[in-house]
Amino acid sequence: MLKSIRIRAALAIIICLAALFYLTPSLISALPDFWQKNLPADKIRLGLDLQGGIHLVLEVDAAKALESAVERMSSDVKETLMNNKVRFKHIEGIKKTNAISFELPDSSSKSAFEKVIKDHYPDLEVASSEVREGREVVSLKIRAKRAEEMKKMAVEQSIETIRNRVDQFGITEPEIIPEGNDRIVIQLPGIKDTERAKNLIGKTALLEFKLVDEEHSLDDALRGNVPEGSVIVYENRLDRQSGRRGNIPLLLKNRTLLTGGYLESAQVKVSDRFGEPYVAIKFNTQGAKDFDRITGENVKKRLAIVLDGVVHSAPVIQERISGGEAQITGSFTMDEAKDLAIVLRAGALPAPVNILEERTVGPSLGQDSIDKGLWSAILGGILVAVFMVFYYKLSGLVANIALIMNMIILLGVLAAFKATLTLPGIAGIVLIIGMSVDANVLIFERIREELRGGKTPRMAIETGYSKAFMTILDTNVNALIASLFLFGFGTGPVKGFAVTLSIGIVASLFTAVFVTRIIFDYFTWNRKIESISV
Amino acid sequence: MEFVKPGININFVGRLKYAVAFSVVLTVICLVSIMWKGLNYGIDFAGGTLVQIKFHKVISADEIRKTLIQIGIDDSVIQPFGSDEVVIRTAKSSSEMKGLSTKIEDSLNAAYGKGAFQVQRVEVVGPKVGKDLTQKAILAVVFSWIGMLIYIAFRFEFRYAVGGIVGVIHDVIVVVGLFSLFNIEFTLTVVAALLTVIGYSIHDTIVVFDRVRENVRKNMKKDLPTVMNDSINQTLSRTILTSFTVVLVVAVLYVFGGAVIHDFAFALLVGVIFGTYSSVFIASPVVLAWEKFKPSALKKKK
Repeated sequence: MLKSIRIRAALAIIICLAALFYLTPSLISALPDFWQKNLPADKIRLGLDLQGGIHLVLEVDAAKALESAVERMSSDVKETLMNNKVRFKHIEGIKKTNAISFELPDSSSKSAFEKVIKDHYPDLEVASSEVREGREVVSLKIRAKRAEEMKKMAVEQSIETIRNRVDQFGITEPEIIPEGNDRIVIQLPGIKDTERAKNLIGKTALLEFKLVDEEHSLDDALRGNVPEGSVIVYENRLDRQSGRRGNIPLLLKNRTLLTGGYLESAQVKVSDRFGEPYVAIKFNTQGAKDFDRITGENVKKRLAIVLDGVVHSAPVIQERISGGEAQITGSFTMDEAKDLAIVLRAGALPAPVNILEERTVGPSLGQDSIDKGLWSAILGGILVAVFMVFYYKLSGLVANIALIMNMIILLGVLAAFKATLTLPGIAGIVLIIGMSVDANVLIFERIREELRGGKTPRMAIETGYSKAFMTILDTNVNALIASLFLFGFGTGPVKGFAVTLSIGIVASLFTAVFVTRIIFDYFTWNRKIESISV
Repeated sequence: MEFVKPGININFVGRLKYAVAFSVVLTVICLVSIMWKGLNYGIDFAGGTLVQIKFHKVISADEIRKTLIQIGIDDSVIQPFGSDEVVIRTAKSSSEMKGLSTKIEDSLNAAYGKGAFQVQRVEVVGPKVGKDLTQKAILAVVFSWIGMLIYIAFRFEFRYAVGGIVGVIHDVIVVVGLFSLFNIEFTLTVVAALLTVIGYSIHDTIVVFDRVRENVRKNMKKDLPTVMNDSINQTLSRTILTSFTVVLVVAVLYVFGGAVIHDFAFALLVGVIFGTYSSVFIASPVVLAWEKFKPSALKKKK
C-alpha cells in the first residue's frame, strides 16, 4: 500500500514539476543565462487579441493566375504556330472558360496544328472542335489536372512571397499559414500601422515595362476607338503646382517587354533635385540584357513603367541603357518608396489577393483584457477555494491543492506545446476553475453518502472514488467532445478557448481524481481513522 | 455543511408536467423570436466592419453619427462599450468600400482632432467568410449533439441519450432565444459559449442518469418513475453544487471580465443555469416518456 502511494505521489510530483519547469520562463522575466541557452525559454504565447496586432485572411484569386497563364500561352502558341508554318486565321482567348480558340482554314492545317500542340504543349488539350462555315474551329484548354496544380502553386507562391515581404519589413514572429484551398491566414503581432501592413501584403506588385503607342491618337482611343494591340492605362501623377493628384490617360502597347521578375534588387534613393524618394532598380543578367536590347531598339520612344495596372512614369528613352539599372519615380512618400522597394525585391504575387477578413487589436486593449481576465481568474479561484473549504472542510483543502495543480499543469502544457493563449482562452481557464472542482464535489458527496450508509471512513473513500469515477469520466468525455468540435470550428481566439478547455478537462481528471486520492490514501494509511473531515 | 439535507424527498416526477409545460412555452417563445425577430448577428456572421474607439472626452452617439454621414455609413450601429468606449458597427465591409475602417478613422480625426480618441480594435469580415462561419457554427453545434448522442447511447442506453440530447437542444434554443429576445449581439464567441454549454449541460444529466442506472439495478421491483424520482433526490445536492461552482466563476467573468467577453459570459451564465434545470426537468421526462412508449429490455426480463 505504502509503495503504491509512493509511486503515485512520485508520478504526480514529476508531472507537476515538469509543468512548472515549462512555466518558469513565463513567470520569471529575467532567466539566468544557462537556462536561456540550454532549456526551453518560451513564454506562453499570447494571441493577437491579447498582445495586439493584425490578423488577416486572404483569398488568392487563383482563377486570375490561370487566366493570365492562358493569356501568356496563347501568344506563345501563336508564335510557335507561325514558326512551324501552320496556317491559322484567328486566335482568341476566351476569358470565361479559360480556353484559347483557333480558326483554321482547312483540315490539313488542322492536323498540322494538332501535331504542333501535341509536340510542344503537353499541358494543353482540345476542349472542343467543330466545323463552322467551312472552317475548322478548335479551342484548347489547360488540362484539368495541370490547372489544379497551377492554382495550388499560385497559393504556395503567394505565401512564399508574402513571407518574404513581411520578413523584409521586419515584423517579429509573423505567422503565415495556408487555410483550405485558396486562403492564407496571416498574423502579425504588434503592428501599429495596419493600413501600411495591408498594402505591403496585399499589393500584387506586378511591374511591367510597356512602350507608349505613339502611332495612334490617344483622343481617338479615349472616344472608344482603341487600336488593336493597345490599351489605355492611367498615370497617377502629382501636380507640383496644385499639389493635387490626377489621373492622366496614356495609350500603351499591350505587349509587356519586361517584368519585375527579372529584378535583382530594388533600393530607396533620394533624388538630388527635389529631395524626393524614388526606387532604384537593378535587373539581373538576363533582365539587363533584355533591357539593353529594348532600350537600344526604341531610342526616342517613351517607355512606360506600369505597376499593378497604373503607370508610374513614362520617360523618353534617350539612349541605349546598358548595365541594367533604372529608376521608378512617382512622387512617393518615404514610407511608400520603402514599401515599394520591399515588394519589388520580394517579387510579385502570382495572382491578386483579396482581404476576406481583418481583425486588428490595439496593444492597450490587449493589456486591458489580460488584466481583467487575470483578475477574474484570481477572484473566481479564491471564491471557489473558499467555498470548498467552507463546505467540505479539510477535504475541500485537498480539492484546492488539486485545483492549484490543475492550473499549473494547464499553463505548463500551454507553454510546452506552444499553444496560444487568447482572451476566450483566459475565460476558459476561469471556467476550468469552476469545473475542475466538480469532480471533487461528486467524490465527496458520494463519500458522505457512504458514510451515512454506515461504512468505515476508509471503505467510504474507496467506494466514493470508484463509484464516482465513472460518472466523472463520462461527464468529462462529453465536455471534451464539445470542445473538440469547437476547436474544429473556431478562428484564432475561439480555438484558444477550445485548447485551454480541453487541456483543463484532461488535467482535472488527473488532479481531481488521481492526485486527491493519493492524499486521502496517505492520511488514512496504517491509521485507525474514526472520521473524515468532509 | 450541507445545503441539501440527506434523505430529502421532493416529488419531482409528479411535477414534471408543469416543468415540461413551462419549457414548451419558453421554447416556443424563443423559436418564434429567433424566426420572427431574428438574431442580431455580429459581423462574424453577417459580414461588415466593426471599429472600437476609446474617446478621451465624452462624445454622444448622435455626434458620431453626424460625422459618419459624410462617408455614407450613418446607418451604422453605434453603441457604448464598457465605460468610455464606443463600438461602431456597419454591415458594409472593406471589400465593397475599400479601407472603410480608415475612412471612419479619418472622418473622426477631422471632426475631433487627432489624439481625441484611440482606435482599440478593428474587425472587417467579408460576406464570404461570414457565410462560411455560419455554416461551420451550425455544423459544430449539430455534430457535438450527434457525438454526445453516440457516446451516451454507447455508455448508457439509447433512451438516456435521447433524453440527454433533448435537454441540451432545449438549452441551446433557450440561450439563442434570449439573445434574440434581448437583441444581444450574436458573435463567434457566443457560439463558443454555446458549445461549452452543450458540453456542460450534459454534465448534470449524466450525474442523474448514472444514479438512475445504479438504482434500476438495485431495485428491480420499483417502477422507473419512482426510481427516477429517488435518483434525482439523491443526486440533488451534487447537481446543485457542481453547477454552483461553475455559476460562481462565470458570474465573476460576467461582472469583471470586461466588455469584450461580456456577452460570452452572459451566454455561459444562462446556459449553465438552464443546463442544470434541463438535466432534472427535461432530460428525465423524455426518458420516462420513452420508457412508456417502449419499455427497456431490462424491465421486460422481470
